[in-house]
Amino acid sequence: MYVAVKGGEEAISNAHQLLAKRRRGDTSVPALTVDQIAEQLSLAVARVMGEGSLYDEGLAALAIKQARGDLIEAAFLMRAYRTTLPRLGYSQPLDTGRMYIERRISATYKDLPGGQVLGPTFDYSHRLLDFALAADAEGLPEAVARRVSTPASMPRVTDLLGDEGLIEPDPARSADAAVSDLTREPLSFPADRDLRLQNLARGDEGFLLALAYSSQRGYARTHPFTGEIRYGAVEVEFFAEELGFAITLGTIKVTECQMVNQFSGSAKAAPTFTRGYGLVFGQVERKAMAMSMVDRAMRWEELGEELTAPVQDHEFVLSHSDNIQATGFVEHLKLPHYVDFQAELDLIRKLRAEWLEAQGAVDPANGKKEAAE
Amino acid sequence: MNHPSPAENAGGSAPNRQQVMAILAAASPEDLSKFKTALSFPTDFDIIRQPETGLVMIRGRAGGTGAEFNLGEVTVTRCVVRISSGETGSSYCLGRHKQKALDAALFDALWQNPTHRSAVEEKVIAALKHKQDQAKADVAAETEATKVDFFTMVRGDN
Repeated sequence: MYVAVKGGEEAISNAHQLLAKRRRGDTSVPALTVDQIAEQLSLAVARVMGEGSLYDEGLAALAIKQARGDLIEAAFLMRAYRTTLPRLGYSQPLDTGRMYIERRISATYKDLPGGQVLGPTFDYSHRLLDFALAADAEGLPEAVARRVSTPASMPRVTDLLGDEGLIEPDPARSADAAVSDLTREPLSFPADRDLRLQNLARGDEGFLLALAYSSQRGYARTHPFTGEIRYGAVEVEFFAEELGFAITLGTIKVTECQMVNQFSGSAKAAPTFTRGYGLVFGQVERKAMAMSMVDRAMRWEELGEELTAPVQDHEFVLSHSDNIQATGFVEHLKLPHYVDFQAELDLIRKLRAEWLEAQGAVDPANGKKEAAE
Repeated sequence: MNHPSPAENAGGSAPNRQQVMAILAAASPEDLSKFKTALSFPTDFDIIRQPETGLVMIRGRAGGTGAEFNLGEVTVTRCVVRISSGETGSSYCLGRHKQKALDAALFDALWQNPTHRSAVEEKVIAALKHKQDQAKADVAAETEATKVDFFTMVRGDN
C-alpha cells in the first residue's frame, strides 16, 4: 500500500540554505577557489576524477568544494554531470609506453633502462606534521633541483621480461570482439577482463585496497612484485571521422602499475610470471597498485587456479566496487520507509501475540523471557 | 626520456595539419585569445558547428599492450568554422572551454589558407610549440633530478 506523504517542503528548503551556510563555514575565513582546490588538493581531485569516471580537473575541484570535501559525494556529482553531455566517441588506446614520465619506479630491478625516478612522492617522508604549512603566509616553495640530460628511453619492465619470455604475453582479444562499456550496458556476468578493468578503474579506492590487502594476507595469495609504477602525462588521440585522421586532443595524467606475479605453466606451456594491471586517472598510486592485485586475483580461472577467496570472485568484487551504487543503496535506508515499517510492526505484534499465547498456555508467568534471548 | 609522438614535429620541418591541431589543442585559452587580438589576421568567420562540449571515452590496454578496455571519460570541446576565403577549420580540445575551441578552429582555418599559413606557423604555432616544449622540458628536468644514482659500498679486505 502506498500512502501519499506531503509536507516538509519548507523544512527541506531551509535545510538547503543551512547546508549552503555550513558549507561556506566561518565567513571571516576567505572562501576556497576552485583553482586552489585543483592546484593544492590535486590528489583528492584525481580520486574524484577516477571514481567519478570523468577526467576534468576543474569539474572535480568544483565538486569537492560543493560536497564540502566529501569525495564520494563529489564523485557522485561528476557521474550525474556526465549524463548531461553527449558522447563524441572513443579515444585511440592510450600508449603508456610514450608517457611523459614524472615518476617511474620498479621493485624488481634496481638498475633498469631509464632508471628509478622518484618524482613527487610521500614515500620517503617521515609523516611528521609540518607546522610551517599552518603558518599564515606559507611563502613560495624552495626552487627544486633540475638536471638536464638526453632523454632516455624507459621501456616497460614487463616488456623486458617479455623479451626473455619470462612473463606471459598480454592476452590479446579477437579483433572483432566489441569492448564492453559499463556506461552503455549494465554489469553482467560472466565479466571479461575488459569489463573488469573498467569497473576497477572507477571502483572505490578503499574497497580495492582492502581486497588487495586480503590477498596479501593469504586469501588467494598471488605473490606480487611491483614490476613497475609509472606516472605522468599521456596524449589522448581521437579519430575524427569527418576529418579522416586521428588528432591529439591534449594530455591527461595517469598512473600505471604492472604487477608481476607468481607462475603459471602446464604440460604445454613453460612456466612464466603472470600479470596484474592497474591504470587510473591522476596520481593515485595506492589504487593503481590495489587494482593490479585485484585484477590478477580475478584471473584465477584463466590461470587454472582455485576459487578460494572474495578477491577472486567476479560477482562479489564487481558488484560492490562502485561507491556511487553502494552509497545509493546504503544511504537510501534514510528515506521514509514508514509504510514498510508499519507492515513490519503489524507482523511483529502478531508474532509476539502468538508466541505469548503459546507460552502463556504452558507457563503464564514467563511472559518476559524473550528479552533475554 | 620520451619516445617521439606522431603529433610532435620531429625535425623542425613545417608542421602538418595534425601537428598544428595538436599544438592548438594544447594551448591555453588565454594564449589563443592573445594571438587573435595581437595579430592582424582576418577574424570574421561563419560557425559551421557551434562549439559543443561532449565526452570521449578514453581507452587503455590491459598490461599496456594487450586487449583494449574503457578507462573513463574526458570532457572535450569541438568546433568547426569557415573563414571568408572558404577554408574550414576544426578543433577538438580537452576541457570545456568554448571560446578556446572557436579560436583553435579559426587558426586551423587560417593555417590552411596559403596567404596566411606562413604567418600562422611563425607567429602562432611556433610560439605555442616553443612554450609547450619548454614546459615539457621543465617537468623533465625536475623529474630527472629525482633519478636515483645507486652506488655500491665495497667492503674492505680486513
